Amino acid sequence: MSTTTDTQAAATQGFGGVQARSEAVLNAPRIAIRNLDFFYGDNRALKAIDFDIPDRQVTGMIGPSGCGKSTLLRVLNRMYSLYPGQRATGEAMLDGMNIVAPDCDLNALRAKVGMVFQKPTPFPMTIYENIAFGVRLHEKLSKAQMDERVEWALTRAAIWEEVKDRLDTSALGLSGGQQQRLCIARTIAVRPEVILFDEPTSALDPISTLKIEELIDELKRDFTIVIVTHNMQQAARCADQVAFFYLGELIEVAPAAQMFTAPKHAKTQEYITGRFG
Amino acid sequence: MSLSLTAGAVPGPRKDPSVAAALGRRRKRVNLIVKVLCVAATLIGLAFLASILVTLTYRGFEAMSLRVFTHVTAAPGSDGGLLNAIVGSLIQATLGTMIGTPIGMLVGTYLAEYARGSKLGNLVRFVSDILLSAPSILIGLFVYTIIVLPMGGFSGWAGVVALAIIVIPVVVRTTEDMLTLIPNTLREAVMGLGAPKWKMIVFVCWKSARAGIITGVLLAVARVAGETAPLLFTSLGNNTWSTDLMKPMSSLPVTIYAFAASPFEDWIALAWAGALLITLGVLGLNILARTLLRNRT
Amino acid sequence: MSQAATASPPAPERVARRAGNLGDIAFEWACKGAGIFVLLLLGAIIVELFIAGWPAFRAFGVGFLTSTDWDPVQEVFGAGVSIYGTVVTAVLAIVLAVPLAFGAAFYLTELAPVWLRRPVGTAIELLAAVPSIIYGMWGFFVIVPFFAQNIQPFLIDTLGELPFIGALFQGPPFGTGIFMAAFILAIMILPFIAATMRDVFEQVPPVYKESAYGLGATTWEVMKGVVIPYTRVSVVGGIMLGLGRALGETMAVTFVIGNANRISTSLFGPGNTIASLIALEFGESEIGSLKLASLLALGFILFFLSFIVLATSRYLLRSRLKG
Repeated sequence: MSTTTDTQAAATQGFGGVQARSEAVLNAPRIAIRNLDFFYGDNRALKAIDFDIPDRQVTGMIGPSGCGKSTLLRVLNRMYSLYPGQRATGEAMLDGMNIVAPDCDLNALRAKVGMVFQKPTPFPMTIYENIAFGVRLHEKLSKAQMDERVEWALTRAAIWEEVKDRLDTSALGLSGGQQQRLCIARTIAVRPEVILFDEPTSALDPISTLKIEELIDELKRDFTIVIVTHNMQQAARCADQVAFFYLGELIEVAPAAQMFTAPKHAKTQEYITGRFG
Repeated sequence: MSLSLTAGAVPGPRKDPSVAAALGRRRKRVNLIVKVLCVAATLIGLAFLASILVTLTYRGFEAMSLRVFTHVTAAPGSDGGLLNAIVGSLIQATLGTMIGTPIGMLVGTYLAEYARGSKLGNLVRFVSDILLSAPSILIGLFVYTIIVLPMGGFSGWAGVVALAIIVIPVVVRTTEDMLTLIPNTLREAVMGLGAPKWKMIVFVCWKSARAGIITGVLLAVARVAGETAPLLFTSLGNNTWSTDLMKPMSSLPVTIYAFAASPFEDWIALAWAGALLITLGVLGLNILARTLLRNRT
Repeated sequence: MSQAATASPPAPERVARRAGNLGDIAFEWACKGAGIFVLLLLGAIIVELFIAGWPAFRAFGVGFLTSTDWDPVQEVFGAGVSIYGTVVTAVLAIVLAVPLAFGAAFYLTELAPVWLRRPVGTAIELLAAVPSIIYGMWGFFVIVPFFAQNIQPFLIDTLGELPFIGALFQGPPFGTGIFMAAFILAIMILPFIAATMRDVFEQVPPVYKESAYGLGATTWEVMKGVVIPYTRVSVVGGIMLGLGRALGETMAVTFVIGNANRISTSLFGPGNTIASLIALEFGESEIGSLKLASLLALGFILFFLSFIVLATSRYLLRSRLKG
């Protein structure tokens, strides 16, 4: 795996000449979003969004603050349903079910579509219990099976070696980067199909950021990944497909290589070259 | 990088949709049951409040008449009112608040402006919070030993002192809370003009926190207006008209206590009238205090 | 400030500064003095109650704490019954109040529609503002007869027939008694506990709750798995605060506890608490009598009990108080 050098190479390119490392061919769609609108009360925050999220690849969503990228992410696991006054119309089809339909089973949906947040959110319990918490919601496992699952999830999240000797200690004692990888492990442990990342590295130092990015690259073998980021280089390093949002509209969506070398829209060009944002 | 990429296939049984669905149904059922129980718990709490208010309104208005406000307490069957009790309560609550408020404000100011993080400050805060929740009957006993016994008898002043002691911690808490809300930049701006600290506190901090502090005082009045236990051994009660603070003084709560426990129908009716008055007053003060605070924010 | 004085500024300003300095010193000492006054106040309460109760401690020794006698004729007094009544009513009140308070707090933070939260929350808080004498009257005239006629006979016939715990639910259905006192106390402390729980639940950052929801948890699972572990310490602190209130409550208990100086096996039997005993017997005690000293000694014991409970509560709630 030569991820490190590639990433560094990409990182040194700077804007304008950012070179996306990922392949340009996109897989078949996993989530198909059609004519999706979103409202905070009367305020229309997303306008007729229309695009596909490819299976087992990374989709990066970029755009200036308030452009709707995080809102769209919170549509995909219906997190907005926790708050009154927020609603979505249109379609977001996943495995033949419409995510935004009122009769969608939220608990089942969220087992399929996991989420990692901006700040690490370890629960106030042991490392082991943090992982087991989500698994227990959806599956009945024996102690041995659970042990196995916890080890698997922590290994996939590249944190097993660091915590295997202290699974029974509080998760709050981990460093910020470790906590974030623990949260990723907690999400993987439920065995979702899609993982949503909401600016997962914005609260982390560069080393931890690099680890998370490598992890995302590794995870896409098994999971469909959607990542919101305000860091253009991160989008270039991680994403296979990039979607650019502006004022609630999807301006452009394209394979990463194309997006960063030959954007079609003037607005996209301005944003990725850092003229606003 | 030590990424373990060996972890391959997902361990454990394959995902079985029907098992997950059955578990999901059970979890939703548990969730629903808990929700229903919580709604029930809230309704039970509200039902108690409703029952209290309905009972008070019904029995209180039944016994309410102009006589309640114009006649002093009298022997059973002789058409008495509650005038002396009402006036006694007003006098004692007012004086108690007037004495307790400045002390409470100074303490609250000390905690917020001078003693942040200091050991003495933490101790004072702790002690004040203990006093806030300490059994009020003990305040009565304390005042009995330091005022009633040396003075050789029960007196309105003893009641006033007992109530003042109860007022202090209430005012301390709100004063400190309200002053802590004031941003430090405001303090720095005033000090930057060369104003002495005491002027900054009195003319800027107290002024900005005024609504909050008034709220605290109103809550303190509401609290002492309904206090019975500390007055039992201090102002005792008085069945005739008296505004002499050196003598025993009547109060609404103590009169209610005495009348409600009596076997006489007309006294019990008067107790309900008094209970209605006091509850309306206390709840009214609470609502007023809340409104004041809400308008400010 | 003191540097300014040595830097020889123009004369009038120096005068003003000095006045400001004096004002500052005076004001700071007024504030500090008031703080020290509060410390002395608490100290004085402890010392006064102890000194005033000393004759009883001296006459009866440590046995005062456990003796169940209360005989004004023989001049033999003991605190056993009233300590028992105080602790049992307060603990039973907590047992009754905590589930209701938790339910109400959970409802107010997670379940209720937003427009309903404020009015319902205010109503619960107003319940806390109702004076205790009102609870006493309401309990005595409304709840006691209702309980004695409709609920107590049923409980005596069912629970009272059970082995072992049956003894707790036997006796004539008078309505008043230890259980009724605990019940009224439970209603009184319910709003305190509910309000504290609601406040601490609200302090859990939304993103933690979202994380749990994001794993597919239900509202109850989020509460059980994340919110409660987060707020455990403060929740216990809130419960202790309620316990502290229940221990020292006087008027409500005096109306409904039945006021008898005995320990009955049944919870429906009459009893007394330290506070109710003081309230009732104080008027009939002569100055300088051993009875009065015994009542004051009881006051000291009550203070001691409440102090421990309240201090624990403050300690547990300290993180919440810091904000």
